[in-house]
Amino acid sequence: MNLLGKLSWDAIPYDPIVLGTLAVVAVGGAALFVFMTLAKKWGWLWREWLTSVDHKRLGIMYIILAFVMLIRGFADAIMMRTQLAVATNGSEGYLPPHHYDQIFTAHGVIMIIFMAMPFMIGLMNIILPLQIGARDVAFPFLNNLSFWLAVSGALLVNISLGLGEFAMTGWVAYPPLSGLEFSPGVGVDYYIWALQISGIGTTLTGVNFLVTVLKMRAPGMKLMDMPIFTWTCTWANVLIVASFPILTAALAMLTLDRYLDFHFFTNDLGGNSMMYINLFWAWGHPEVYILVLPAFGIFSEIVSTFTGKRLFGYKSMVYASGAISILGFIVWLHHFFTMGASANVNAFFGIMTMIIAIPTGVKLFNWLFTMYKGRVRLEVPMLWTLGFMVIFSIGGMTGVLLAVPGADYVLHNSLFLIAHFHNTIIGGAVFGYLAGFAFWFPKAMGFHLDPKYGKISFWCWTIGFLLAFMPLYVLGFLGMTRRLNHTDNPDWNIWLYIAAVGAFVIAIGIAAQFIQLFLGFKNKDKNLDKTGDPWNGHTLEWSLASPPQFYNFAKLPQVEDIDAFTDMKEKGTAYQRHESYAPIHMPSNTNAGPIMGLLATAMGFALIWHIWWLAGASFIGLIVAFICRAYASNTDYYVQPDEVARIENEHLDNVAKG
Amino acid sequence: MGTHAAAHHDAHHEEHHDTGRMTTLGFWIYLMTDCILFASFFATYAVLFMNTAGGVSGKDIFDLNLIAGGTAALLLSSITFGFAMISAYKKNKGGTLFWLFITFLFGLAFIGIELYEFNHLIHAGNGPSASAFLTAFFSLVGLHGLHVTAGLLWITVLFIDVAKRGLQDRTVTRLGCLSLFWHFLDVIWICVFSFVYLMGAM
Repeated sequence: MNLLGKLSWDAIPYDPIVLGTLAVVAVGGAALFVFMTLAKKWGWLWREWLTSVDHKRLGIMYIILAFVMLIRGFADAIMMRTQLAVATNGSEGYLPPHHYDQIFTAHGVIMIIFMAMPFMIGLMNIILPLQIGARDVAFPFLNNLSFWLAVSGALLVNISLGLGEFAMTGWVAYPPLSGLEFSPGVGVDYYIWALQISGIGTTLTGVNFLVTVLKMRAPGMKLMDMPIFTWTCTWANVLIVASFPILTAALAMLTLDRYLDFHFFTNDLGGNSMMYINLFWAWGHPEVYILVLPAFGIFSEIVSTFTGKRLFGYKSMVYASGAISILGFIVWLHHFFTMGASANVNAFFGIMTMIIAIPTGVKLFNWLFTMYKGRVRLEVPMLWTLGFMVIFSIGGMTGVLLAVPGADYVLHNSLFLIAHFHNTIIGGAVFGYLAGFAFWFPKAMGFHLDPKYGKISFWCWTIGFLLAFMPLYVLGFLGMTRRLNHTDNPDWNIWLYIAAVGAFVIAIGIAAQFIQLFLGFKNKDKNLDKTGDPWNGHTLEWSLASPPQFYNFAKLPQVEDIDAFTDMKEKGTAYQRHESYAPIHMPSNTNAGPIMGLLATAMGFALIWHIWWLAGASFIGLIVAFICRAYASNTDYYVQPDEVARIENEHLDNVAKG
Repeated sequence: MGTHAAAHHDAHHEEHHDTGRMTTLGFWIYLMTDCILFASFFATYAVLFMNTAGGVSGKDIFDLNLIAGGTAALLLSSITFGFAMISAYKKNKGGTLFWLFITFLFGLAFIGIELYEFNHLIHAGNGPSASAFLTAFFSLVGLHGLHVTAGLLWITVLFIDVAKRGLQDRTVTRLGCLSLFWHFLDVIWICVFSFVYLMGAM
């Protein structure tokens, strides 16, 4: 028996681009390691952050993960765009197909699962408990575990760069291409286990935040008093718990096909690959609403805050989000109208898809009516919101075009489709997260981002986006299909060149994101947010210090309005000094989360490389670790009243000074 | 940070969340996700069950007498788990342990019968690799079997817990969750028995 399974020296890809990337990562990693060791920061990192069960710290770590993976996913994007710009007129370009195919697969998986999802879940982690006046989430340890499962999946994707290969199937991994017959390597296995492990973490997050919202709202806060961001996250969590198990099932079936010679999706012995495609999109379509609904919530908070008005049509916003969530479950077949279902089936799914435009339109008009006669402050978060309203509308309209089955037969798998979904995911979700990042950054970190570079970032993203993706609509109409490695059609060249330029403009936008972070940090002392309410906010998170006290609320607030904090400011009940405080019950940090994340990574890695002893050992280790955690003592402690009073008075003194 | 754990529950119990009820609600929601996992496997079975690739169909291989035995064991285990819960709520430690043990035996009998059936099928050349029908059959029934096995492990852990520490609030909450899990698996099995075995054998 081979102790290392399929793993051998041959697993290291001898490709100059890959080796160069690995060298950069190794040098960067070594520098970080030396810095941390010299600064004696490892213990601090482990105790205060990696083992933290504080939702705010987990949220920050999720967003760091998202930015790291954004760099990785964007490197893939810019390589694809440059390859397509040089590989014209029959030229081969610099990326051979087997490498190029891994890149577009990794790009999709990383951007959806390991960039957008952690960004969304990170913002939700930081803000949602604060908005409902809670001290933490319902299950703090589970929250930490979810984070580490997400990291575990991200690690596996990144390991695939240096050991073996990643899937060459596209991010959807359709069988039979992703089956053993056509993908005998480890690439699809990396895909399967990265998604499976992080997907289970996401399901747990959904459960956790639903219980949080249902059971831990501040006294007086009814469901229809919840801030709109909390509401949209709640709908997203409903979608998570209803759809992620379908992905789990589809991946499990693909696993059985590949590992145990089952025949769910094979061409022979009665397998049916369309079943995978149906299951995949029964998860995949709700997934895009999981990404975009919280972004809609962020825009709603920003529009009402930066116009100094109440959100127009709060109730219709909640119901529209609910309608989108439910409709999101009955449109999955529009991803494969060309499957050959009957005309009636296609008509049903086409009409349902078009109907989604109605609640989405309701939202757009609500934002416009909120701004109507408002005093719009053009801060960075508001710029993203305005940009979103324009760009997302275009994406929505091209979506309605694609929803016509007849038109879809022409446009299916063309670059028109690629333009459409980048139009909605970048213009909708990513703009939303970057808006939320600028909006809540001072709350989470205690200082502002540099606004000048924030604006530069916005304009580069917007112009770069238009340059990079509008040409793809044209190319779609000119007949160019997705996932081409090189082309030989002179009519396409000019549009491919423009798209490549657009990608570089977006690169400047991403660089500006990091510069605004760097300058904000460098000039921290000038940019401090001392009052905790830099934007004159409406909701409870702004009633706390920036960054918030680790226990969030010294006394749970009494809520009487949707805009609870505005209400308190108007009634003069905000910033009250209390005579005495009760002790606060808090969960303790725990090693169990990172340990289980590590075991899950080891198990995934072992299963990918068929190292069966390690897979078995780490699986048993996971069960044992979970049981040990279930019976651990010292899982909580109390913060004493004198400490609470000291922290609260310090904040209130700062508010009085500010 | 002031880290002295102390019994301050009374001092502020208007702010104290009932963790037992939160755990139970969380577990309910988890069960619904599990339900969707099973639904996906049911749907796949519905699509694939006719794809026998020239091999056996349900009619040829389902032994209803054997399955009736397994079904009876599982249904009885639900009743006995109910007795365990009644004992637990009455803080009757001995009764709880006794009924947990009986439940465990019934669950073990069910798994034993399932393993016998699987073994029998595989040796007759009708393993999961033989056709898409058998793939879907083994996966759906096996998924349920894996859940029951996890339930048996969980019963073992809670049996030791009750034996060592008695029926604390936390343990009773956990027994309640396991009870939900166990009854849920019974409901799933009723669907498996009806749609897979009965309809397949007819």
